[in-house]
Amino acid sequence: MAEHLTHEHDVLVIGAGGAGLRAAAEASAAGVKVAVISKSLLGKAHTVMAEGGIAAALANVDDRDSWRVHFADTMRGGQYLNSWRMAELHAKEAPACVRELEAWGAVFDRTADGRILQRNFGGHRYPRLAHVGDRTGLEMIRTLQDHDVHLGIDVFMEYTVVSLLKDGDRIAGAFGYERERGRFHLFRAKSVVLATGGIGRAYKITSNSWEYTGDGHALAYHAGASLMDMEFVQFHPTGMIWPPSVRGILVTEGVRGEGGVLRNKDGRRFMFDDVPPAYANQTSNTEEEGWRYTQGDKNARRPPELLTRDHVARCIRREVREGRGSPHGGVFLDIAWIKDRMPNAAEHIKKKLPSMYHQFKQLADIDITAEPMEVGPTTHYMMGGVRVDPDSQMSDVPGLFAAGECGAGLHGANRLGGNSLSDLLVFGKRAGQHAACYAKENSLGVINSGQVAAAEKQALAPFERDGAEGPYAVQHALQDMMQDLVGIVRQEKEMLLALKRIQEFKARAERVGVTGNREYNPGWHTAIDLNNLLIVSEMVTRAALERKESRGAHFRDDFPVKDDKFGSFNIVVRKGPGGEMHIRREPIPEMPLELKQIIEEMK
Amino acid sequence: MSTATFRIWRGEKGAGKFQDYTTEVSAGMVVLDAVHRIQAEQANNLAVRWNCKAGKCGSCSAEINGMPKLMCMTRLNSLPLEKPVTIEPMKAFPHVKDLVTDVSWNYSVKKSIAKFKPRPPDAPDGTWRMAQKDADRVQEFRKCIECFLCQDVCHVLRDHQMHDQFIGPRFLVYAAALEMNPLDVQDRIPALRKQYGIGLCNITKCCTKVCPESITITDNAIIPLKERVVDRFFDPMTKLFRVFSGSAR
Repeated sequence: MAEHLTHEHDVLVIGAGGAGLRAAAEASAAGVKVAVISKSLLGKAHTVMAEGGIAAALANVDDRDSWRVHFADTMRGGQYLNSWRMAELHAKEAPACVRELEAWGAVFDRTADGRILQRNFGGHRYPRLAHVGDRTGLEMIRTLQDHDVHLGIDVFMEYTVVSLLKDGDRIAGAFGYERERGRFHLFRAKSVVLATGGIGRAYKITSNSWEYTGDGHALAYHAGASLMDMEFVQFHPTGMIWPPSVRGILVTEGVRGEGGVLRNKDGRRFMFDDVPPAYANQTSNTEEEGWRYTQGDKNARRPPELLTRDHVARCIRREVREGRGSPHGGVFLDIAWIKDRMPNAAEHIKKKLPSMYHQFKQLADIDITAEPMEVGPTTHYMMGGVRVDPDSQMSDVPGLFAAGECGAGLHGANRLGGNSLSDLLVFGKRAGQHAACYAKENSLGVINSGQVAAAEKQALAPFERDGAEGPYAVQHALQDMMQDLVGIVRQEKEMLLALKRIQEFKARAERVGVTGNREYNPGWHTAIDLNNLLIVSEMVTRAALERKESRGAHFRDDFPVKDDKFGSFNIVVRKGPGGEMHIRREPIPEMPLELKQIIEEMK
Repeated sequence: MSTATFRIWRGEKGAGKFQDYTTEVSAGMVVLDAVHRIQAEQANNLAVRWNCKAGKCGSCSAEINGMPKLMCMTRLNSLPLEKPVTIEPMKAFPHVKDLVTDVSWNYSVKKSIAKFKPRPPDAPDGTWRMAQKDADRVQEFRKCIECFLCQDVCHVLRDHQMHDQFIGPRFLVYAAALEMNPLDVQDRIPALRKQYGIGLCNITKCCTKVCPESITITDNAIIPLKERVVDRFFDPMTKLFRVFSGSAR
């Protein structure tokens, strides 16, 4: 084995978004030596893009809210496939996590009496999202970043991990490279927290940046951990669709929370046409009542635009397919109409949705205070990920933890808006705490030089293949294929074809070559990430084939209804002994009576 | 579909040259789209930073036709395409490769600024009360996406390379957000005067002009901080008081 630059820490956190930074802070507070590996510069992770807010039952705006209601809302949104224990912990602990952010310097929008303001959001019964205009994610990541840099944590910016290292069954560290010089580094650690975010780059139309290639999902898979709920990919109903270069960029649900409505080309508010029975009691049936809800009338029920994301996305798809879409293949999202209802509406919109105003003004020449936006679904969030113990966040690999989007359990079949930022805080904190505990109880594992050598050889292979196909062509072809065959609406025939195509892409990926040297070479990085995208795409497809029903974010044309039989288990993916992908059904543990009662009460 | 030419700085560690790439352009494209197309089709190893592609993360800073801008928010229809569009890395930081610079200095500067220290909570449940009006002032500064374009254009850093004496507009904004946070009780005024070098700013407002978040850097952050420094250290009445009471500056 060649000598590599070697670093030793108690806890190694891979990923520097909200979950990673929160985990690092917690581990550091426990008195252990912590490192954070950040694929980009610090503060640029996808958390920065979160707009709407952090869901937490602070009950500052509506005192009827409590952890019980938040728990029930989360379970309903997840179609009861969630880990009920994680949903319980999340609902109970989110308020303290939000207050803690304030103590670390976050400046939230305020209520009239000076407390943290909360807004309405899809699937949440009461106004629950602590927010800062429409840039809550920026506020959160900056607060965590500014807090963490004073804790003595070693931050490795622009480093990427290519392999986890094991000592027998347990974790021993990670192997990766630095972007700038292309050198390899060996990270020895007693425990490792994966906080790598999502997989959006497996799809053509996505709100995710280049980083979201399912690195943590693939690292965990190859390390022998189980993953679950991989069939549940959230397509956010409102992404920009025009001009083509901005396609996929997110339009916050906050637009609808502030009174924005969806219309088809005939001007009809089509969301009134299809309200799922589970939400009928909570949904307004007149425009008047829906408007009052968005303006804080506690007796009003929410407008159908604020139904769960999966449902809104499919309704938009239906309107477009049936010929009632907007000129560029989406529908209209209109916030400008509120000028009929309030004075100074333009100023109000700019104040409440400043980023959206600028985004459309600068990128699409649209003034959202005067005209409607064109929107359509975009790949946004991965509910599936590493299967973890709900309390500790440890995977089935001892010493390997996961938190945030690359973990699974909290959101079940579908995530409610606002539950992601709170997920990062609650479970980032828990992962950091338990990873520190594990590190205190265990010594450093032994590094297997064979694993390191194999990882290095695989990472460098693209340089050996001069004149071969470049990595971008394969990546784009994979993204097109996943969009077409394993997208919002799925069927068996197409997914079987997708599996065949993935095998072809794997063969192409094996031949991908890159030019230039190892210093800051995006072509090389893309070639490495491509392997992760391929594994993740296969997991999504196989899990989606196995779930022969429609539930939450997973919709099957060939099995269009929800089937109770499928409501009792999660689909779990694991690498088999021969390297083959193994799929199994794992029963959901029985929910305690008191939690069942809460769900009944809240129905 | 028409084409346009992009004159991109290629090279490592400051050594390099402009190279022309002609690529297809279509409606609504931004500079970053063109760079991505060139990267995917003609120059796989072209080094460029980017993340959100929506003006929210501040990664893709560069100098486009000589102006510091975010590549993701610069639309091609705002540029004259009949001649090549030049794209260069930021100049105030050491060059790494192609369009990428070493911005790590910024991260070490931030570490040197005393962190947020809140007053004791206002309510028994450990929470604070703050009027939206007071939040507004701080929130303007907290909009900063750390693109470092203000640092890039600041002549104290760019031309005079006084990185060891001056923290630059970004971190004066950061200090302002802390100093003007009604909950914060830390005192950064002496450091602003000495270590942070606020006196070196002579208010040319270049930073304000290039800020993609439209933060009024000079008027709302730097000038009020300068006033606080002046009030503390250069006010004649205070000075007299110090002389007679024997207290040091």
